[in-house]
Amino acid sequence: MPRGKKRDTPEVSSGSMADIAFLLLIFFLVTTTIANDKGIMLLLPPKVDPNEPPPDITKNDRNIFKILANSKDNLLVEDEPYTAPISNLKDDVKSFILNFGKPTEEGIALYSSLPSSMKSKINATGKRSDSSDDPTECVVSFKANRGTSYDLYIQVLDAINSAYNEVYAERVGITVDEWLSLDRDDDIQKDMYNKGRQGIPRAISIAEPD
Amino acid sequence: MSKFKKNTSASQEIPTAALPDIIFMLLFFFMVTTVMRETDIMVKQQLPKASQLTKIERKSLVSYIYLGEPKNTNLYGNEPKIQTNDVFVDVDDIIQFVNQEKDKLSEVERDQITMSMKVDVDVKFGIVSDVQQELREANARRVLYSSIKTADL
Repeated sequence: MPRGKKRDTPEVSSGSMADIAFLLLIFFLVTTTIANDKGIMLLLPPKVDPNEPPPDITKNDRNIFKILANSKDNLLVEDEPYTAPISNLKDDVKSFILNFGKPTEEGIALYSSLPSSMKSKINATGKRSDSSDDPTECVVSFKANRGTSYDLYIQVLDAINSAYNEVYAERVGITVDEWLSLDRDDDIQKDMYNKGRQGIPRAISIAEPD
Repeated sequence: MSKFKKNTSASQEIPTAALPDIIFMLLFFFMVTTVMRETDIMVKQQLPKASQLTKIERKSLVSYIYLGEPKNTNLYGNEPKIQTNDVFVDVDDIIQFVNQEKDKLSEVERDQITMSMKVDVDVKFGIVSDVQQELREANARRVLYSSIKTADL
């Protein structure tokens, strides 16, 4: 092995590495869109079986919270025109769900499982005889017209959902944001999720438009 | 003054050896956070704002339906249209589209298919409802109304 000569170690020039990386970066910047897929989840009812007559509605009228929207984007809530800003709708739905007007046994058990802050609120504002019997019974019904704008439709749906989410979150003692970010793959968080939803079904009925 | 003159002999160059690494980091960030744009959206898309958003858990289960006024109003008019993949479709074709999308999934996942409805804010509810009826027919009952998070609240 000749030792005397000291050769230059062969080196790959890495000067243009940054340029190559830049090129790739710009390619991805141009060809991609940020994944922003978030939205309001809804489970549609199963398709109607033509051989079976539609089930009779045995629900008491006071257990249904009716929201109607017309083609001029006006709302009719519980048979009265809704003039308040739509941001108030959430609280109306919430007080409807947590009314406990005439709870069944199931409802009484549910009531005693609620945290004391919610109980005192129910005692203060709820227990009206013209509103829902208890959360297990109540249904929020939303009927839009064909001419209703999609924007309003989403706003109302969002208000109903946020009412339910607030109830769920308050039950397990977390904020709504924390509730929404609960990861159902995690056992502890899943327990929390189930505990929040236990006994209070998210019953939203979306009627077919006229 | 002498205190500040100490370093005058140091080289003024900024070392650029780490530059490729930085760029690569950026590159990976964009590679991870983005999805390939698979379709050309031919309808206006200004999504509504909402606060109670849920994330999609598995992207492979999601198919997209776009609704809105066509961008090219000269060619397609200004009535809201339904777009799936790269083409405008009629309401009646939705079932076929859903079945095509279901065929791409494995047997067990077919019922979990989620239809993401990307609907422009200016669309009326009527056409949205028509699509929903078809989705019920096609037994694709999980629907996601794609929307943007509101800044306040």
